[in-house]
Amino acid sequence: MQEMMIILFSAILVNNFVLVKFLGICPFLGVSKKMDSAVGMSLAVIFVMVLAKAVTYPIQTGLLVPLQIGYLQTIVFILIIAALVQLVEITLKRYVPALHQSLGVYLPLITTNCAVLGVTILNIDEKYTFFQSLLNSFGAGVGFLLALVLFSGIRQRIENNDFPAAFKGVPAVLIAASIVSLSFMGFSGVIDGLFGH
Amino acid sequence: MQYIIPVGLVTAMGLLAGGILTIADKFMAVKMDETAAKVLAALPGANCGACGFAGCADYANALAQDEEHAVKANLCTPGGDAVAMEVSSILGVEFEGSSSMIAIMKCSGSRDKTSYAMDYQGRQTCKANKLFFRGRGTCEKACLGFGDCVNVCAYDAIKLENGLAVINKYKCVGCGLCARTCPNALIEIVPDKTRVVVGCSSVDPGKVTREICSIGCIACKICEKSCKFDAIHVVDNHAVIDYTKCTNCTLCAKKCPTGVIHVFPKLAGAAQPKPQPVLAETAQAEASARQV
Repeated sequence: MQEMMIILFSAILVNNFVLVKFLGICPFLGVSKKMDSAVGMSLAVIFVMVLAKAVTYPIQTGLLVPLQIGYLQTIVFILIIAALVQLVEITLKRYVPALHQSLGVYLPLITTNCAVLGVTILNIDEKYTFFQSLLNSFGAGVGFLLALVLFSGIRQRIENNDFPAAFKGVPAVLIAASIVSLSFMGFSGVIDGLFGH
Repeated sequence: MQYIIPVGLVTAMGLLAGGILTIADKFMAVKMDETAAKVLAALPGANCGACGFAGCADYANALAQDEEHAVKANLCTPGGDAVAMEVSSILGVEFEGSSSMIAIMKCSGSRDKTSYAMDYQGRQTCKANKLFFRGRGTCEKACLGFGDCVNVCAYDAIKLENGLAVINKYKCVGCGLCARTCPNALIEIVPDKTRVVVGCSSVDPGKVTREICSIGCIACKICEKSCKFDAIHVVDNHAVIDYTKCTNCTLCAKKCPTGVIHVFPKLAGAAQPKPQPVLAETAQAEASARQV
């Protein structure tokens, strides 16, 4: 149980995919303008991350490792994830239109997102079991949500402030992102302290 | 052999994924509603949201999916009667006539009437200025004069005149974008037969209003007493007209001691051509908004 908590919370805070590992920066900067779209995107990311991990794990352990072609990991995973997300989108559109309306716009955006690919590959490097991998993927998705929601709040403050011309727009956003990222460094060590080794 | 297995595997996976997707697409296809497409083509495409939906496409879908016709076909105020009639004929419902609306401005505080309390140097938008204390006007509810409403109007119907947003009644289609943008909520959407407008939203007591604005409503209630139709009342220290009761008799305007109740001239001809949205500009603004 303790180990599970450590995996979950370190994925959310200490190893935050966006702010510490710098994966998924594109949606982080692109979709964080409004709180609504940030939440929608993040929910889609959580969903796809867990699903992608559940599908790629058996492929890795059952196909790539026995055939000794682990070097094909990246290309095979991209193929699988892209096809999977498309399939999920078609299915949702047909059977759960309400969910498709709220997630639909963001699903195609994350087909080849590096955060999704990253979580599937990094889990394997950590040698997690199937359940641990799912937990870690879920944590990574929640971390993504946390980062996006926090940052969309900051961006709304940026929008309504007067910046020097040189910093207007993207530069101001990037500087703010770096400061938020820096603040997440403060979490390293906190999780070990909380749940103990 | 060391080449055949990986190449074969990836090819097989690609074919399998492609096959599954093709089959899924065939079996689970959702037909784009033909009615929705037709309705969408009939709508003006300004995506202003006056109908209460997220955009023209959203409204078209709602109309097409609604089999009991609970969603009204005449909600598109910018399109007016012409669009309402076309949409009704596509859907096969009875034409009800569009509810034409216009925007009215409930502040008259131009620079010669009232003054600024601060020399504001920050970001030049009403929204930003409103966040800074309570806006730059001496009156809390004064027009801030940065023109957020001017920028949002797709019909070029609002101009800033001497620090006050002035609505051109002939260009306005009543979409309500400006009403939702104004941080002081000074713009109201009313039926387009409206001719009498109280040009003030001040919440200060009459004495204070008199000191800071030469035209503002002083809540003397003379209009309330003069109205024969119980249509005008002083609420929150300013007069408010109930447009369901107002008959445009203009008696209140004649009695008003500060002259803050304005009267529009009668429309010359009822058949004014409906203006078209300045689409090129709107599209450009949207494109620049989308950029990171």
